[in-house]
Amino acid sequence: MDEQAPRLAVWKFASCDGCQLTLLDCEDELLSVAARLEIAYFLEASSAPGPGPYDLSLVEGSITTPEDLERIRHVRRVSRRLVTIGACATAGGVQALRDFAGVKEFASVVYARPDYIATLDRSTPISAHVPVDFELRGCPIDRRQLLEVISAFLAGRRPVVPAHSVCVECKARGNVCVMVAHGTPCLGPVTQAGCGALCPSFNRGCYGCFGPMESPNAAGLNHWLRGLGMSTPELVRIYRTYHATTEPFQRAAEEAEEHG
Amino acid sequence: MDAVVIESLEPLIAELRSRGFAVVGPVVRDGAIRFEEIASAGRLARGVTDDQEPGRYRLRETGDEMIFSFAASPDSAKRYTQPPRQALFRMRGERIEEAEEEAPRIALLGVRACDLAAIGVQDRVFLGGRHPDPAYRLRREALLLVAVNCAVPGGTCFCVSMGTGPRVTAGHDIALTELAAPHRFVVEIGSERGEEIVRALPRAPASARDQADAEEVSRTAAGRMGRQVETEGIQERLSAHDSPRWQQVGARCLTCANCTMVCPTCFCTTVEDSTSLADGTAERVERWDSCFTLGFSEVNGTPVRGSNPGRYRQWLTHKFSTWIDQFGMSGCVGCGRCITWCPVGIDVTEELANLP
Repeated sequence: MDEQAPRLAVWKFASCDGCQLTLLDCEDELLSVAARLEIAYFLEASSAPGPGPYDLSLVEGSITTPEDLERIRHVRRVSRRLVTIGACATAGGVQALRDFAGVKEFASVVYARPDYIATLDRSTPISAHVPVDFELRGCPIDRRQLLEVISAFLAGRRPVVPAHSVCVECKARGNVCVMVAHGTPCLGPVTQAGCGALCPSFNRGCYGCFGPMESPNAAGLNHWLRGLGMSTPELVRIYRTYHATTEPFQRAAEEAEEHG
Repeated sequence: MDAVVIESLEPLIAELRSRGFAVVGPVVRDGAIRFEEIASAGRLARGVTDDQEPGRYRLRETGDEMIFSFAASPDSAKRYTQPPRQALFRMRGERIEEAEEEAPRIALLGVRACDLAAIGVQDRVFLGGRHPDPAYRLRREALLLVAVNCAVPGGTCFCVSMGTGPRVTAGHDIALTELAAPHRFVVEIGSERGEEIVRALPRAPASARDQADAEEVSRTAAGRMGRQVETEGIQERLSAHDSPRWQQVGARCLTCANCTMVCPTCFCTTVEDSTSLADGTAERVERWDSCFTLGFSEVNGTPVRGSNPGRYRQWLTHKFSTWIDQFGMSGCVGCGRCITWCPVGIDVTEELANLP
């Protein structure tokens, strides 16, 4: 590795670590990444953090505590480029379900001493607090897409991360549509591609973990999903999972409640 | 060569394989009829039919010995003539390496008259203009087409309206008609290549009764179309750009692009460039795209067709009207795949019928 290699940092906020782990999962490509970038700060991989500033910061997790609010500003200050990785950092994650109820009540049920818990009322994406250069979707993110984002950063070009539906990838992969052929409810038509149509490839419906595609028509899909037997609570639940507070999915859940 | 009768497909499959063809035929997989490589006739679908309606596809067992009692499969020949993803070239520093064009010899067994018509449309698009596509030509020439006359059209079929079926008339190397009691196939020849293969098979001349039975199959099928389209005046009707109908269908359309992916003639692609982390090579690939994606009509960072109704109108108008201006033929062959595989059951025949 040459002296001038760009420096990479990986940061964690409220999250399960699965997206960071995707970087370590790049087994065949990991040496190439390490050869092109200095992995300067990555606590999941090394307990020896290198000092900033960093050329590329990958940020996992959502903002849920007062301490997070301070730390994300620090991360932004020490990062030339900031890329969020995963549904938590990009959309608030499953923990954004707290937004639909009182976080104090949750804390009182979950913790023996809720008074020890310092937390915010809402779980918010990184972009709600600091400017973000690129948001990579998924729960977890896709390995190929992560490598594409890193490659694009190194080449100084726009990453190829299409915002069309999962169906485009699903058909290219040669899958049979689980909704049409099996009657399995699927969010693929309203969800952004990137996973390689992973769930439908195993005869399961899409759960929408990559969030809304570029022009989602959830009202149109909901009508059909009801015909396949989904109830109002089931519709609300499927939209309020990974991207509960992302506007099109939030509206989709509300639309389901209104027509329930 | 006159029509002949064969009792089994096994010798045909063996003959094709001995000539270096991978035989790709209909099998049952994942609750659907899929086209995949087979080594023997025993792997072929048997005793199943399909029920197709807008947004719904189910297989049903018939219990009989018939192999081809189903209509259009979700797979069309497009996957072989125009693969979903193909490398165009690679760059190492200043050096450009064109991708090696591969064209494995494939015999498609069980394609229908509508599929042959669709290949004809693709031939016009890829080979008929000022810039013929050499990679398409290679793949196309490596393709041998063993067609089957449709006996059981699906609920979303309308090849009679589009003038493409159900009887195979052109574009095939060999055409089969499957007959029952006794189970046999009437074989007709469509090309010299096809004739050579049939001459190598155990066969008997087709009797007058065999031929009459085969004609009856197509006559019955023609009377059982699930859908129809009035093609008379279709270009005038599709010029109704301001019809409120576009808003109505646009409210239903998911812009998911499934219709264009399953369409055997939709040919639009985009290119994607990638750079390798390992050695710095750059690669350009071509992949299926769709007029339903926003990126498809993006100019200077903004899509020209941003609205759902606008994109649906673009697709339907191109398929049934401006395609005729562009290529001198309709872009629709009446296979019904876009109706069956639309996840919310939008029916092009209904949309066309409801235009003023």
